[in-house]
Amino acid sequence: MTVPKEMPEKWARAGAPHSWSRKKPSWGTEEERRARANDREYNEKFQYASNCIKTSKYNILTFLPVNLFEQFQEVANTYFLFLLILQLIPQISSLSWFTTIVPLVLVLTITAVKDATDDYFRHKSDNQVNNRQSQVLINGVLQQEQWMNVCVGDIIKLENNQFVAADLLLLSSSEPHGLCYIETAELDGETNMKVRQAIPVTSELGDISKLAKFDGEVICEPPNNKLDKFSGTLYWKENKFPLSNQNMLLRGCVLRNTEWCFGLVIFAGPDTKLMQNSGRTKFKRTSIDRLMNTLVLWIFGFLVCMGVILAIGNAIWEHEVGTRFQVYLPWDEAVDSAFFSGFLSFWSYIIILNTVVPISLYVSVEVIRLGHSYFINWDKKMFCMKKRTPAEARTTTLNEELGQVEYIFSDKTGTLTQNIMVFNKCSIHGRSYGDVFDVLGHKAELGERPEPIDFSFNPLADKKFLFWDPTLLEAVKMGDRHTHEFFRLLSLCHTVMSEEKNEGELYYKAQSPDEGALVTAARNFGFVFRSRTPKTITVHELGTAITYQLLAILDFNNIRKRMSVIVRNPEGKIRLYCKGADTILLERLHHSTQELLNTTTDHLNEYAGEGLRTLVLAYKDLDEEYYEEWAERRLQASLAQDSREDRLASVYEEVESDMVLLGATAIEDKLQQGVPETIALLTLANIKIWVLTGDKQETAVNIGYSCKMLTDDMTEVFIVTGHTVLEVREELRKAREKMMDSSRTVGNGFTYQEKLSSKLASVLEAVAGEYALVINGHSLAHALEADMELEFLETACACKAVICCRVTPLQKAQVVELVKKYKKAVTLAIGDGANDVSMIKTAHIGVGISGQEGIQAVLASDYSFSQFKFLQRLLLVHGRWSYLRMCKFLCYFFYKNFAFTMVHFWFGFFCGFSAQTVYDQYFITLYNIVYTSLPVLAMGVFDQDVPEQRSMEYPKLYEPGQLNLLFNKREFFICIAQGIYTSVLMFFIPYGVFAEATRDDGTQLADYQSFAVTVATSLVIVVSVQIGLDTGYWTAINHFFIWGSLAVYFAILFAMHSNGLFDMFPNQFRFVGNAQNTLAQPTVWLTIVLTTVVCIMPVVAFRFLRLHLKPDLSDTVRYTQLVRKKQKAQHRCMRRVGRTGSRRSGYAFSHQEGFGELIMSGKNMRVSSLALSSFTTRSSSSWIESLRRKKSDSASSPSGGADKPLKG
Amino acid sequence: IDYTGTDPSSPCNKCLSPNETPCVCTINFTLEQSFEGNVFMYYGLSNFYQNHRRYVKSRDDSQLNGDPSALLNPSKECEPYRRNEDKPIAPCGAIANSMFNDTLELFLVGNESDPTPIILKKKGIAWWTDKNVKFRNPPGGDIPLEERFKGTTKPVNWVKPVYMLDSDQDNNGFINEDFIVWMRTAALPTFRKLYRLIERTNDLHPTLPAGRYYLNITYNYPVHSFDGRKRMILSTISWMGGKNPFLGIAYIAIGSISFLLGVVLLVINHKYRNSSNTADITI
Repeated sequence: MTVPKEMPEKWARAGAPHSWSRKKPSWGTEEERRARANDREYNEKFQYASNCIKTSKYNILTFLPVNLFEQFQEVANTYFLFLLILQLIPQISSLSWFTTIVPLVLVLTITAVKDATDDYFRHKSDNQVNNRQSQVLINGVLQQEQWMNVCVGDIIKLENNQFVAADLLLLSSSEPHGLCYIETAELDGETNMKVRQAIPVTSELGDISKLAKFDGEVICEPPNNKLDKFSGTLYWKENKFPLSNQNMLLRGCVLRNTEWCFGLVIFAGPDTKLMQNSGRTKFKRTSIDRLMNTLVLWIFGFLVCMGVILAIGNAIWEHEVGTRFQVYLPWDEAVDSAFFSGFLSFWSYIIILNTVVPISLYVSVEVIRLGHSYFINWDKKMFCMKKRTPAEARTTTLNEELGQVEYIFSDKTGTLTQNIMVFNKCSIHGRSYGDVFDVLGHKAELGERPEPIDFSFNPLADKKFLFWDPTLLEAVKMGDRHTHEFFRLLSLCHTVMSEEKNEGELYYKAQSPDEGALVTAARNFGFVFRSRTPKTITVHELGTAITYQLLAILDFNNIRKRMSVIVRNPEGKIRLYCKGADTILLERLHHSTQELLNTTTDHLNEYAGEGLRTLVLAYKDLDEEYYEEWAERRLQASLAQDSREDRLASVYEEVESDMVLLGATAIEDKLQQGVPETIALLTLANIKIWVLTGDKQETAVNIGYSCKMLTDDMTEVFIVTGHTVLEVREELRKAREKMMDSSRTVGNGFTYQEKLSSKLASVLEAVAGEYALVINGHSLAHALEADMELEFLETACACKAVICCRVTPLQKAQVVELVKKYKKAVTLAIGDGANDVSMIKTAHIGVGISGQEGIQAVLASDYSFSQFKFLQRLLLVHGRWSYLRMCKFLCYFFYKNFAFTMVHFWFGFFCGFSAQTVYDQYFITLYNIVYTSLPVLAMGVFDQDVPEQRSMEYPKLYEPGQLNLLFNKREFFICIAQGIYTSVLMFFIPYGVFAEATRDDGTQLADYQSFAVTVATSLVIVVSVQIGLDTGYWTAINHFFIWGSLAVYFAILFAMHSNGLFDMFPNQFRFVGNAQNTLAQPTVWLTIVLTTVVCIMPVVAFRFLRLHLKPDLSDTVRYTQLVRKKQKAQHRCMRRVGRTGSRRSGYAFSHQEGFGELIMSGKNMRVSSLALSSFTTRSSSSWIESLRRKKSDSASSPSGGADKPLKG
Repeated sequence: IDYTGTDPSSPCNKCLSPNETPCVCTINFTLEQSFEGNVFMYYGLSNFYQNHRRYVKSRDDSQLNGDPSALLNPSKECEPYRRNEDKPIAPCGAIANSMFNDTLELFLVGNESDPTPIILKKKGIAWWTDKNVKFRNPPGGDIPLEERFKGTTKPVNWVKPVYMLDSDQDNNGFINEDFIVWMRTAALPTFRKLYRLIERTNDLHPTLPAGRYYLNITYNYPVHSFDGRKRMILSTISWMGGKNPFLGIAYIAIGSISFLLGVVLLVINHKYRNSSNTADITI
């Protein structure tokens, strides 16, 4: 069961994708698409889908059959239907049919009502969407048409702020050059504007008459779900024109800043990329779910066993006793042998005992999960005030798994960090700017920095931009050529859009915050990017407006990791400006700049060491002829139908070579609030955190230090950077050997060979000390190969922290998959960007941060919130409770049903195995759905063992979930055993009493009906007492439900046994007068009390003993809490104990600034002296402490050791 | 007192053979103590599966409640005792058909020659609700019962039709208390049902003084074929109902166990309280 979600899109609903009325083209799957403009007849031949979308599943007529069919695809429902059919056979029927049909109908109705409301809203939104108006050009006239009547090949006019009705090829627009701006928030969640441009030939088709004559034909790829790719060709007037994604307006986009535009419909309705993308996401199940299903199967097996035993019993009984008892009870006509009678009684018992697998189980589980999801959604402490976004449980089925997480895979950018980029430092032509030195030449601290430099000379400067190093501004003002070129590059080489609302009020819309930061920096230093057209860029260079002609943009992608622009300056010189990742770009530089390269590399290392994000900038002058020739080849490549991307890449590659280094930029990536604390807490909760980032190693390691994943308590940090399989293997082996060595000194005397044979488990347990592993993207590629993945995993899991840097999105998913495959652990992936989507989908639980990088990750995720620090609350509070509640719920649920059902089994031995029920049939019907359902639901929803503050304070409380301690097969058998024990007493105590008993007026007591009432009453009481014992946290609702259930039981009992009902239906209500007669007997009450006491006493005793002899942590916490309430004095002392952890963490945090770089970049001596200087400002005691630590640390870390003498 | 008669020495042994009809046998017994207060006379059957599913459901409560249509057209549940020779059986079903029909008479042997018969009360042995709500004769006011049951036939095993169970109008037909008692099926295969009341006549004499008695049995009800047993039980009752050793023993046992457990837990609590106090959370 899924719950209706508020999705940001109106149409892209994951729930019902398979139900579009997809008209397949008659010749099977479409291989290419042809669409001719203004020619409906021609296009109709292909039978393309119309623009009418249908996400709803049912209509009024089909609702009942289709919905029922769907519901009966669930095993549980079919099972009960089967039981129902069995009950209709009179020879078998041991229960009247309504005992099954009442709950079944109830369940089916609830589900159907839910489905119907969901579908109703789908219908509504479908209608709303389908009836939107759009202007379609038909026979040379613009007509208002509903969306659903738009066909492939139509030409549509769109106006500003309208939704795009279908996937369109942009033909022309009001803006010059056929440009138009769209917002794709509904498509990929990115809120920045994007530019689309018509191809030049069509951009002239501005008015209707010209458009009406337009008869170009588009041949393009078949419908697919790739949002960022499109390849096709336009044939018009004997010419071919290549089409790319740049020319497409996809359905779901909104037209912005463009008065109007015309587009040719290429894909309509269900073929649009938006609809193609809204596929059903893979349904995730929790481990408890799987366990539950296994257990249900086991129970079912158990049920069959009991059925067989009783059937054999019946056959024997009929043979031995029944045959002779025929004087009074002849066999049915159809029954001719004891064997056949046994066979029938097998089915009868299956019906009677079916309540061990209660239908309400699944429904209750769903209800509980829904409740937990709402708790998450309503949690004010997970509400981000700044962004006004609450946490959201987008999937309701995974809550208890949140309490079992062992591995967290985290993205870095936007997840650990804020993804707010600040231009911090730069290196221009071998000189580094950005550090602030005080009078003595020491690097200044944040708090005592002088005033930031004044950009007032520049009227276009962004007021929010802060920079402290005045030398850079001086360099600009002095007219340093390199500095100017540096900022010119920054102002030219980007894809930022500018918007100037009033004169001088510039707003930049950047695709990535890095670019925004860089362009803003250039702006403040006097190189103001003012505006752009597709062919020009206007920049105010130190007050004078210069327009550059934009010849080409060689755009950024993940493989190239760089972008370039080719511009012609007013003087007519052509120059290529390139910025990109250092590794990539440094390889493409001209050899003459070797020395500059070295200093810049040093600077880069320094920047990376400080956790800054770096980019290298370079330029290259191009000849006119060379450019012409290159442009021609580029055109060729871009026209290619197949492997266009590859060809373009190689053409780009060619021109981006032998460039001249300009410098490097360093951007500070700010950590999110509370990240170190969260990570520390989660680590204490024994959750392993792996950071998977696309950033470079130094940045990643540094972030690792600053957010306390890596600490210098760690024995060693292994860094794997090998480029070949062998190197990687060797490095991994070394790391392992080192861990083994230290563990061997602890006393585990087994050899390396042995270890290899006993693989994973032994190594993991043998490791003493804390290690961390840092692995590079290329090494990871080798490590993930089939023969090495185990080795890698083994090593990685032995480490406390793992950082994978330079990983691709696919590798992220692979790493998650690896852990999922070999470790039976619950994984959680958290990320915010599109590159995390694969990881989020792979992991057991995907968490999306609704942050800067759009909402794609959120859409793919199961939970979303806006800050990383909420993760601790989600896991340690909600996850833990959810797990605890679900476990308690399941235990109790199985217990109560076994206690209830097994009584029949025992009774079977005394009623000739005839499948006579012990209870009144109404009791059987209502037991699970009325008498006992609500209290256990209340427990499942509200229970908590320790309050939330405590579970944050003692993260160790999280461990039972990881180890699966609260509900596993053992626990299950304990519950079952308790249930059976209860059922034995429930039957035999009344049996013992009733064998001899008579009423106080001498009449018989031992009649069947009194017996039934006695057993049923004591069962309800015992089960209620038991839930009282199980409930750890009482709310008014718990009380209400428990007492209410008991009251309802007695009310219904008396009602059922009343005269009135009997008078109406004497054959249905046979128990008339029974309740009054039976429950007035002291003997009966004595029996009930006795049964209750005997059933409950061992449980109480057992719990008491466990509490005193082997208390687990939550018991202790609860106990101390009790004590705290009583004694204030002890309270204070306790707090101190609890705080030790955070004090240590305080130290580690203070440490981060200087030491990250010290560990990882040993060669850089200046850095370490800087680091030392930063320590002088700290309090002396912590300084000494850290120095001492550093010494002991350097003994094991060779990189640290190199620095040591220098500092002394 | 077991009077099944399986033991060859038993006076009722002769009745086991089906030829002896009607078979009357007499069993002597001695009461060691006199019975004060009202005494209840039960018959007990063993190995008789009144709780068998097919047995339990083989009745028609509408018919027993006096519904005229159900009287002539009993429920299917009554099969195979629904109709006999094309006439509906009243009361239908296996339960009614197998009604206990031994007659027991109790005599006090005061002096050898002149045994005193003990007065056995027939009424007041069924639940009030059963007699007044659940079981009703077919409507018909003053019309004799025979007329009201017109068109039905007696159950196969019965000697007399249902309207001739007793001469007393208030205890005849479906509201015959012996019949009602029988129709309230037992929960267990060994059960006893109240047969007669022996009311205390005055305060001076015990209801049943100690002494020799004999039980006169008209042996109609065969149980031998399925190893059944028949007994006659005399009992007095207290506020809790009849003598019930099980409950007493169980309470004593559970009480002592609880007490022991309480002591043990108390000791443990004392021993470990300190340790759990100090063993605080050290994470």
